[in-house]
Amino acid sequence: MASWTIYLSFIGAALLLAVRPRDMRWVRGLALGTALAGLVLGLAAAARYPADPAAPLIVLARARWIPSLGIEYYLAADGISLTLVVLTGIASVAGVLFSWNVERRAAEYFALYLALIGGVYGVFLSFDWFLLFVFYEVAIVPKYFLIAIWGSTRREYGAMKLALYSLVGSALVLVGMLAAYGVSGGQTFNLIELARGGFSSGFQTWAFPVVFVGFAVLAGIWPLHTWAPTGHVAAPTAASMLLAGVVMKLGAYGALRVGMMLFPQGAMVWRPLFAGLGVIGILYGACVALVQRDFKFVIGYSSVSHMGFVLLGLMTLNATGVGGAVMQMFSHGIIAGLLFAVVGRMVYDRMHTRDLADLEGMALNRVLPFAGLTFAVACAASMGVPGFSGFISELLVVIGAWKAFPPLAVLAGVGIVAGAAYTLRVLQKSFFGDHPRAPVEEMGRGQGLTWPERAGAVLLMAATVVVGLYPSLLLDIIMPSLQASWMQAMLKGGQG
Amino acid sequence: MNYGAIAWALAPEAILALTALAVLGMDAALARRWSVPVRWRAAVAAGVAGCLGALVWMAAADPPGRLAGGMLVLDDASRFVCQALAVLTMASLVLSIETALTEHIGEYVALMLLATVGLMLMAGAENMVLVYASLELASLSLYALAAFQRESRHGLEAALKYFLLGGMSSAFLLYGMSALYGLSGEVELSRMAPKLARLGMDPLLIVALASVVVGLGFKVAVVPFHLWAPDVYQAAPLPTAALVASGSKMASFYLLIRFMLEGFPELAGRADWRGWEGGWMPLLGMAAALSIGLGNLVALVQSSVRRLLAYSAIAHAGYALLGVMAGNAEGTAAVVYYLSTYALAVIGAFGVAGIVERNSGGDRLENFAGLWQRSPLLAACLFVFILSLAGLPPLAGFVGKFAVFAAAAGAGGGGLGLIWLIAWALGMSAVSLYYYLQVLKQAYVREAEAGRGSSAAWRVLPATRVVLLGLAVAVVLLGCFPGGVLSWLRAALGS
Amino acid sequence: MAGHELTWLTMAPLLGAAVVACLPRSQEARARPIGLSAAGIALAWALGLALRFQDLPGYQFVERLSWIPYLGVEYHLGVDGLGLAMALLTGFVMLLALMVSRTGLERPRLYYALFLLLEAGLMGTFTALNFFHWFLCWELSLIPAFFLIRLWGGPMRGSVSTGFFLYTLAGSVAMLLAFQVLFLATGTFDLPGLARLSQEGGVTARLSEYFGWPEGVSRRVLGWVGAGVFLGLAVKVPLMPLHGWLPGAYAEAPTAVTMVLTGVMSKMGLYGFLRIMGPIFADAMRGAWGMLMVLAVVTVVGSAAAAWAQKDLKRLLAYSSINHLGYCLLGIFAALQCGSESARQAALGGVILQMFNHGINAATLFGLVALVERRSGGLRDLDDFGGLRKAAPVFCGVMGMAVFASLGLPGLNGFPGEFLIFTGVFAAAPWAAVASVLGLLLTAVFLLGLMQRMFHGPLPGRWSGWTDLSPREWAMMIPSLGLMLVLGVYPQALLGIVNAAVVELAAVWAP
Repeated sequence: MASWTIYLSFIGAALLLAVRPRDMRWVRGLALGTALAGLVLGLAAAARYPADPAAPLIVLARARWIPSLGIEYYLAADGISLTLVVLTGIASVAGVLFSWNVERRAAEYFALYLALIGGVYGVFLSFDWFLLFVFYEVAIVPKYFLIAIWGSTRREYGAMKLALYSLVGSALVLVGMLAAYGVSGGQTFNLIELARGGFSSGFQTWAFPVVFVGFAVLAGIWPLHTWAPTGHVAAPTAASMLLAGVVMKLGAYGALRVGMMLFPQGAMVWRPLFAGLGVIGILYGACVALVQRDFKFVIGYSSVSHMGFVLLGLMTLNATGVGGAVMQMFSHGIIAGLLFAVVGRMVYDRMHTRDLADLEGMALNRVLPFAGLTFAVACAASMGVPGFSGFISELLVVIGAWKAFPPLAVLAGVGIVAGAAYTLRVLQKSFFGDHPRAPVEEMGRGQGLTWPERAGAVLLMAATVVVGLYPSLLLDIIMPSLQASWMQAMLKGGQG
Repeated sequence: MNYGAIAWALAPEAILALTALAVLGMDAALARRWSVPVRWRAAVAAGVAGCLGALVWMAAADPPGRLAGGMLVLDDASRFVCQALAVLTMASLVLSIETALTEHIGEYVALMLLATVGLMLMAGAENMVLVYASLELASLSLYALAAFQRESRHGLEAALKYFLLGGMSSAFLLYGMSALYGLSGEVELSRMAPKLARLGMDPLLIVALASVVVGLGFKVAVVPFHLWAPDVYQAAPLPTAALVASGSKMASFYLLIRFMLEGFPELAGRADWRGWEGGWMPLLGMAAALSIGLGNLVALVQSSVRRLLAYSAIAHAGYALLGVMAGNAEGTAAVVYYLSTYALAVIGAFGVAGIVERNSGGDRLENFAGLWQRSPLLAACLFVFILSLAGLPPLAGFVGKFAVFAAAAGAGGGGLGLIWLIAWALGMSAVSLYYYLQVLKQAYVREAEAGRGSSAAWRVLPATRVVLLGLAVAVVLLGCFPGGVLSWLRAALGS
Repeated sequence: MAGHELTWLTMAPLLGAAVVACLPRSQEARARPIGLSAAGIALAWALGLALRFQDLPGYQFVERLSWIPYLGVEYHLGVDGLGLAMALLTGFVMLLALMVSRTGLERPRLYYALFLLLEAGLMGTFTALNFFHWFLCWELSLIPAFFLIRLWGGPMRGSVSTGFFLYTLAGSVAMLLAFQVLFLATGTFDLPGLARLSQEGGVTARLSEYFGWPEGVSRRVLGWVGAGVFLGLAVKVPLMPLHGWLPGAYAEAPTAVTMVLTGVMSKMGLYGFLRIMGPIFADAMRGAWGMLMVLAVVTVVGSAAAAWAQKDLKRLLAYSSINHLGYCLLGIFAALQCGSESARQAALGGVILQMFNHGINAATLFGLVALVERRSGGLRDLDDFGGLRKAAPVFCGVMGMAVFASLGLPGLNGFPGEFLIFTGVFAAAPWAAVASVLGLLLTAVFLLGLMQRMFHGPLPGRWSGWTDLSPREWAMMIPSLGLMLVLGVYPQALLGIVNAAVVELAAVWAP
């Protein structure tokens, strides 16, 4: 059933384009319905996941697709996929809710939005490399148009930069994929069979960095992260939410599912470098976020910083760290969604400025109390305060890092403090300015938050709190998936 | 030799030739009485009917195989190419109604059909004499077609360039073929191969090989033999340009493959990263690398969409060469698939460009601004064509490109010798997204300018709509369900 | 509810916070009564537990459920005498602070909700027995405290609240990192479990086993791990020189919040020393004993000297707080090297008494400052006042009693704790005791100076309308004053609860 998350999204997109309802209610209703259906299906699949290390894979669909190239249409899910599918579901529903005020070319907007979602679901559920890649690329085009048409600051530039970075990354992935195809005798693209078959260590040594970097571009690996802040800033709110929330996870997921699973020995060779880059990303993102004047740029760089934890976790090559990385993907997806929703929808659409100096004179916590609450929760979660999902995932990542690279664990700790610093700064400047330029009542007139905004915010806040307080919900499906036989080669790299 | 059998086997070509004659006669007879638009419709309808007839014949009849003592080999694969050519010609014909570029309608349509006959024979010719004859039939028709807009200086200049350079390339080819005949005493490719193999690296053979590569290189427009392409694509009448870009390229490539794989299998050499050996592989490898690089980089700075498509076509020729270099049936199947899908997309793109040109007076990027407001259908079709050209899944262009690269990667028993070229091609195709998106940016992101004919919807002929939509659907379907066609081609070529 | 008493101790304020937060705007006025009753219920609940509590070794009211099996995290609650004393203190100070809070506050719903959230966090900290859970509450109490300062604080609240948060968070991160290493080696976050393991010398062995280090290296690493935890706790107490955040935060926070900061939140750090640092890292601390003692003495003397130099009433009391907490640290450190069981028991018992009593005294003092501020319109510079005794004799008396209790006058509650601590310190490090006596003297000087400058001399004209304590205020202060007297005269009332805990701790602290 989980494969219907993909189909439904594309069907929804096609319906919107084909019918182009005049009535906005129909457009939004259709989009919301599709997104909700995806979320429900994803949750149902995750709830029914057996979490049995002996049979960690649920096969959803399997058929020959391009037999002459050994390509299969192979959809399957393990706990890692399902975690991210649920994330996508939550982010997509929230995104639709925060796009409620899109009026211009709304049908196209939601159609592209749903197409992007469909591609994302597809990536998370593909166990054939080719198929995964197809979905991966399918997600690129809607991103470009969502940003270029509905975006704000320097939208065409941001959109193009994002598209080109993505495509350069996927070109690297394709090189690796074709090389693996050539070396393995051209029989299959099935990821599990390729992982079982194994590659020579010489091949892995050069193929791993190619594939890993190719995917990691989209995960915002330093120094190839520069698309992320500009892209996030340019994108319309829901697209930023998806970009930071889900699309960056595509990269990280691909790096794990393909790069590390197929080339474990290569990962072993290169991991000090990439772990180091991850930590640099954490610290660099935090430091740059600390001095930004544009509200959205702060959040954009915070994504770079948080994704650094994902990279670090992946490169620990032990179950704790990798599981933590997956948790961090989920957690950051939710938190980034919240942050961007506040910045883009709740604040920018009302105040028409994102300059922190301007916002400081607005006492937004008085003008938009609910937005203030949402942002405070998002900030707390983003800082890694216990009780929110960010804490448990960073905890796992850093524990994993202690096993693999103790000095980097300490630096990651420094990164957490730096993260708290920029988060507090932006929280104070944006919402807690002390000297409003105009009476609060006046600024707040007619600015109340609408029900879709509240609903979206509550959904995301609930997600981060529930996972933060009861992380076993996800850990119980992620960790058994890491015990799968095809993951073992990768995890043997690290201790324990 | 049974002439009846030959006539029977060549019935599709004959149908087309007869249709050409019929169209000429019909148009001459009706020219006085009917208005120009009606004549266009009638002539195109007749041409399309002829193509359909040929198609139905080819679909229904079994391919005849070797004919006339091996002069022609009409096997499954070459019949596939012929069918594709017929489809492409049909599409080009229908698109030409929209352009209404000349009053010499009968001649125009007849030349299109004759060019197609030439191209179809090229796909099957095994004998070098027949190869040359069919090539010239096609080329001469195309030269004439390119020069149809006599009032346009650019058009004439382009036609002249095409003619001169094309003539020179024919000369190279003829020279090369005569040298081959001199060396082997054979005119048939398959019989020539074993004899040439015995010669080793004879200096004359090298000259002959190089001449053939140069001659065919002109036809498929790879660097450094590409100079005519941008001008022709930009200034020739639109349907001509579409046919040159699609049909001519496809047939020439098929010829190139057969020349290389059947004619000189022993002279391949190697173009591996660490080991270069003399032969046609290094030649093609260099041409591919240069085409991919130059085509994509120069396309980045184009402001005319047709010219942009021309440079991108050069790059695409480079990609396709990788499949040739795979040097096996997989590679050939991939190239054929790739070129057919490429041809569908490029004809479609030219079709949309033609409509934009007619309505807004130019094919510059700005002319495409606000296309989504003027005609959502055109914009959607353009979206599919351009992204297929850019090689984004799930469109046909991606699968084709992937199959070509996979064949190149798989060639040589896991040695990955060509991975350098694959990596280069992939890197440059990432770059290519930039200029493809420039087109789509205008079409989808920008608003229509108030001055340029306002945002009123553009009228598009129903037939054009049907063709464009059909092409777009085909591109999508071939992208989503490529398995059957690819397997079929692979099987057809494997025998 | 049987079996979940401690959960409800946390839940009572939490539910209260939820109710207050969900009040509609039109019902804003109800925030205060609901907040007060929730705090009252929590205190009553804690008192009820104290009545059922038996002074026996081990934890009581234990709850234990699996929580995050992958990390060995359990929902493990339980209190010994120490935890119960702290829970009682929390309930008491919170209620007092809420009562002292001004009535006409802006955004009362948020204020009371945050206050109750803070109380929930504190209750959780004092009852959690798993590091994960403990840390969760430890950090969660930080957030409401931050917002309370940020939203209702004085003019410098922006930078002060950030400083407060970042200082504490940096310490917490160090502590967290340290615990991660500990978890890796031992596979558990359970505090009693870790304590047991440590006393058997097992932590070093596990470190060696897991990382493959020789014994010596593991010991050194354990020292560093301990240093991380130490940092987290020492910032919170604070130990000089990690006190940079404190005077500003105490001064700028609304006074009711300052009461909580000094009355309870500073005790979180000390509680951590007793519950975590000592039981797990006693050996490591002993390794740096000399330095720790010096730092503790510096804290005691330095803060007293700094307090002397203050003109601002709240800053003065802030430094005085550091001074009093310094005695506790001194006792904790000194007990590490006490040869005799009784000296250790004296020192540690004194520490617990001092913790409780300082909580009462400091909260009361700051509560009185709040009443002063209410009358003076926010002025609180010592030079602004004088001669108030004439205008408000009762006020002066109450303030005097609190000041005397605070400076450790025998007969009042400040005395027994300090006395016991000094007993222990003398046994272990006479030099430190002697040096710290200087601190005692300075404390007496500046506290008496405060009394003199505020209440004696001529009454400035603008304070001629100064009103004495109203009956309501008087009623608010009576419980504190009563406790000062009772615990001063009869410290057994508290020691009776904590005896068993002290004995256990003293065993743990044994060299």
